[in-house]
Amino acid sequence: MMSEGMFSNYFLPGIWITIQVTFFSAALALVVAFVIGTLRTSRLWIVRFLSGIYFELFRGTSSLVLMFWLVFAVPLMFRLQFVPMFAGVLALGLTYGAYGSEVVRGALAAVPVAQREAGVALGFTKFQRLRRIEVPQAWPEMVPPFNNLLIELLKGTALVSTIMVADMTYAANLVRIGSNESAPVYTLLLALYFVFAFVLTRGMRVLEKHAKSRVGQAPPGGGGLWSRLSLRSSAGEGSGALTAGGTTR
Amino acid sequence: MNWDWNVVGDFMPRFWDGVLLTLQALLFGSLIAFSLGLVWAIAQRSRHAVIRWPVNALTEFIRNTPLLVQLFFLFYVVPEWGPSMSALTTGIIGLGLHYSTYTAEVYRAGIGGVPPGQWEAATALSLPRTRTWTAVILPQAIRRVVPALGNYVIAMLKDSPMIAIIGALEMFGEAESFSNETFTFEAYTIVGIAFIAIAYPASLLIRVLERRLAITS
Repeated sequence: MMSEGMFSNYFLPGIWITIQVTFFSAALALVVAFVIGTLRTSRLWIVRFLSGIYFELFRGTSSLVLMFWLVFAVPLMFRLQFVPMFAGVLALGLTYGAYGSEVVRGALAAVPVAQREAGVALGFTKFQRLRRIEVPQAWPEMVPPFNNLLIELLKGTALVSTIMVADMTYAANLVRIGSNESAPVYTLLLALYFVFAFVLTRGMRVLEKHAKSRVGQAPPGGGGLWSRLSLRSSAGEGSGALTAGGTTR
Repeated sequence: MNWDWNVVGDFMPRFWDGVLLTLQALLFGSLIAFSLGLVWAIAQRSRHAVIRWPVNALTEFIRNTPLLVQLFFLFYVVPEWGPSMSALTTGIIGLGLHYSTYTAEVYRAGIGGVPPGQWEAATALSLPRTRTWTAVILPQAIRRVVPALGNYVIAMLKDSPMIAIIGALEMFGEAESFSNETFTFEAYTIVGIAFIAIAYPASLLIRVLERRLAITS
């Protein structure tokens, strides 16, 4: 069996790197999803067209190829060198951001038109409408598909081990080479990913419940970003517009 | 940026080898995923908890762990217990097994979407269980799920580069070994474009299928 030193020397640092990669790429993906997703609902065809190209481009390629391209091709092409960790986060964030943009687009499309018109009638700018009316209403619709995407992203982080980022998969490979004991190493690794995914799913489910429970409540005074986001949200019963986002991973 | 077409020319023969291997992996991987997924889906509707539980646990576990790690597992661990397989075979089994857990969900939704009246009609005709499935339920269920299954073929295409990590030189693997030998970037770029060139028309095709096969009630 694996000695305990192997776990604390290799796996523990690896777990920490996996958490970091997951966190940063999820944050990047969320930003990309909102930017591209809202741009894709724009009235200007050129904006819709360009953001659509972004979506198709990143949905169509493999994040592994993108990672290798960033790490090995970009330095040769543009004399620009990425730290592997940064390249990994960038590749995952841009790819899963593209999937997420479909979720955002679908959820925004499911907000009743009259809500937007009401915003226009109040003289809100496009940004104010998004921030105060459309996103808060679409948010509960976005949380469940985002949850799925987060799990996919977590599994995707295993790819960074191939570009020399010392995440837990990389650590497992090192231990396997060092100890020549593959069965316990990879079984532990699979178990670790499963536990991570399980914890994430449960955490997101709490968020989901929170998002739904705020439906129709009067806005409390003040409140942080979270409460502002979930204010006055009207949750539909799993809108059909979202199934597209769910299937086009 | 200095793009060198000579490098592209040198890479092309190996690129086609890689494409061939990718398509092979995709074809056999899909066959496994489609058939095994159906088995999971039917098993999950079993009346016996001894069948439902293990299948549920297994599919849940496979779906929530990374394909790359599963490939490592199949490639390094399984040979310790049984026969060793080539990288391509391992890759095909890995892709097929991983995606079978996703197609199982698709089939599950498809089977769930068959109106209850159809089940009742089969009962009324006192059709045996196998006939109910093969003659009544599955023909209706599968028609609905074809586009969704297609989406997973595209997803599998995008995950196929992972089999290069265990040594099956599909198009990405060829690009990697070529670039390592020549210190050039063109091969990676071409393979990236190739992925879009296959995936985008395929997703358009699925959209058409979705419209064609839509059951309007």
